[in-house]
Amino acid sequence: MTNPVMQATALQRHYQVSGGLFGKTRTLKAVGGVDFALYPGKTLAVVGESGCGKSTLARMVTMIEEPTSGTLTLDGKPIRPSDWASLRKSVQIVFQDPYGSLNPRHRIGAILEEPLKINRPDLSSAERTAKAREMLGLVGLRPEHFDRYPHMFSGGQRQRIAIARALMLDPKVLVLDEPVSALDLSIQSSILNLLVDLQERMQLAYLFISHDLSVVRHVADEVIVMYLGRAVEKGSRDAVFSAPFHPYAKALLSATPQADPDARKERIQLKGELPSPLAIPDGCPFAPRCWKVQDRCRAERPVLPDEDHSAACFFPENGGTPAGASG
Amino acid sequence: MSLLRIRNLSVEFATASGRFRAVDGVDQDVDEGEILAIVGESGSGKSVSMLAVMGLLPWTATVTADEVSFDGQDLLAMDAAARRKMIGKDLAMIFQEPMSSLNPCFTVGWQIREALRIHLGMGRRERQARAIELFEQVGIPDPEKRLGAFPHQLSGGMNQRVMIAMAIACKPKLLIADEPTTALDVTIQAQILDLLTALRDETGMGLVLITHDMGVVAETAERVSVQYAGQKIEEQRVGPLFRTPHHPYTAALLDALPERATEKHLPTIPGVVPGQFDRPEGCLFSPRCKFADAKCKAQVPPALGPDLGRARCFYPLNTDERVAS
Ligand SMILES: Nc1ncnc2c1ncn2[C@@H]1O[C@H](COP(=O)(O)OP(=O)(O)O)[C@@H](O)[C@H]1O
Ligand SMILES: Nc1ncnc2c1ncn2[C@@H]1O[C@H](COP(=O)(O)OP(=O)(O)O)[C@@H](O)[C@H]1O
Ligand code: SF4
Ligand code: SF4
Ligand SMILES: [Mg+2]
Ligand SMILES: [Mg+2]
Repeated sequence: MTNPVMQATALQRHYQVSGGLFGKTRTLKAVGGVDFALYPGKTLAVVGESGCGKSTLARMVTMIEEPTSGTLTLDGKPIRPSDWASLRKSVQIVFQDPYGSLNPRHRIGAILEEPLKINRPDLSSAERTAKAREMLGLVGLRPEHFDRYPHMFSGGQRQRIAIARALMLDPKVLVLDEPVSALDLSIQSSILNLLVDLQERMQLAYLFISHDLSVVRHVADEVIVMYLGRAVEKGSRDAVFSAPFHPYAKALLSATPQADPDARKERIQLKGELPSPLAIPDGCPFAPRCWKVQDRCRAERPVLPDEDHSAACFFPENGGTPAGASG
Repeated sequence: MSLLRIRNLSVEFATASGRFRAVDGVDQDVDEGEILAIVGESGSGKSVSMLAVMGLLPWTATVTADEVSFDGQDLLAMDAAARRKMIGKDLAMIFQEPMSSLNPCFTVGWQIREALRIHLGMGRRERQARAIELFEQVGIPDPEKRLGAFPHQLSGGMNQRVMIAMAIACKPKLLIADEPTTALDVTIQAQILDLLTALRDETGMGLVLITHDMGVVAETAERVSVQYAGQKIEEQRVGPLFRTPHHPYTAALLDALPERATEKHLPTIPGVVPGQFDRPEGCLFSPRCKFADAKCKAQVPPALGPDLGRARCFYPLNTDERVAS
């Protein structure tokens, strides 16, 4: 198998937040220890409900924020903050909101050339323009769009521009944080097609973050399901979708509406709501909402087994290997 | 007789750049006890058409219709005071962002008791008892404690339950829910959709569910109305709509669903929804429709009969189904 282009080991990000009445600061574990590997030409999807740490993970991977602990490697070499400036061009990000992420005062041409200006002093101005024009074509925009401003574009076109900008420095890894969530269905499909084409052409590794499981099922090779800052299940797309091991993954899948009125199925009703990330339960974080919970679940924390398809659960569904407890 | 009956409803906004037609000749019936979904992409006029029914549009809007009647009463002829009395009582609406409909300065309990006071003239003790009962009905745990909470102290899902509790407080005959779960996570969305369906089953109220999510439509609705650029372009019962759509736009939208994909490339719909300045002559979908011909570009297609889903199209799809079914 090819080597991973990026690897994360026990990645954590904690925030100190000033708490309630007495102003005591508390620790918010936004990401509490996640492992993964990204491969050229492959898509790893990260799914989970809002607040589970997906965007925080994205910010660490793209070197916007430093992990509290754990390591990230790029091409086998550890990423340290002192290397950020030189490594950032290899890892680029596209955000959900195609409106907020483009400077309204700059023409599209200037927006695309900017990363080159900063990172590629070796290129002449004519070379920069040529590269930007080429990229414009690659993402399906027309040459005359080069001199227009962001407000003159539709949401889908703006997302194309954001993707083009992210690709200007020939990155190896593209982090896509809810890239189609703000788009209408008829626009969403053309952006997903574009991402498929670009990945194949440039052998990009995608970290695809989404709360929409039907989109993930379409694009992902591998999937990680996160809950309260931790990976509770990982596996190939087919394995996770056809036979989820973790009760939360199973509930999430069953709650996702299917656009097929004949496929009426039983939804698993989860009790209650997501606990506050400031008060993550000891033991299994899912225990307060889990219908399979036993005493052991509240006492010990299940650890994600290191297998191709695995779940951090003592009593997994669909014949998964039971997790061991953290020491 | 339908509970809500709308004929030829149009809404135009006066904007700095001229008049803009947001809703264009919509007919709609909603029966007692049914769940009707109105589905369409953003800007297709779903919210504006229902806000027009509720009388909640700003003064820049001009509403015209041949008929808008609710429970046998003509809403167009009704004066503002009579309409206000009806709204919130027999006819209620909830929105995507519960936080923006709730007043942040008052506890949710105060707000629900106030609604009960205004609409039902209940006494203090009675109001408190009914508020607790309503919170229980919408599945809010520990209702007595939650009544004392301010909106910002509750989660999005909990606030939406509060909104639903307020909306059903006066046992409405019709509840219009405008993207009630769009801002929520799927596990919470499932809870809220189940709650709305259960309330309909219990109370027999009609439910209009506005959404852009085909999955939500398929799992919740009984009948579906599809909107495009302010027009209603098709209406069918949910099963046939997904199996045998008649309007090319409905068909294209369903094809674009990732879960229906048969290969890595998804079918797409070229172009974008027309805006204020590029509204085409003829069929509004013609610039994007793969079946469009000269007639489509020149003439406005009228709505077909009910056996063809009232599709606004000259060349409806799946017409042989008529014979089959
Ligand atoms: N800068 C920050 N300071 C404090 N808390 C944060 C910060 N960024 C994110 N969080 C918290 O971390 C958790 C994970 O957030 P996020 O990564 O945005 O989740 P997701 O993208 O999955 O919705 C949330 O509880 C969020 O409130
Ligand atoms: N107050 C307003 N003034 C001008 N245009 C408006 C106003 N409210 C809505 N619109 C426009 O009317 C159209 C339909 O809007 P809406 O009904 O909210 O769409 P949706 O189907 O997403 O609910 C949109 O193009 C919107 O921009
Ligand atoms: S460890 Fe126990 S509580 Fe946690 S998911 Fe598994 S069965 Fe449920
Ligand atoms: S009338 Fe013509 S352009 Fe319009 S939807 Fe039908 S076939 Fe397409
Ligand atoms: Mg996020
Ligand atoms: Mg709307």
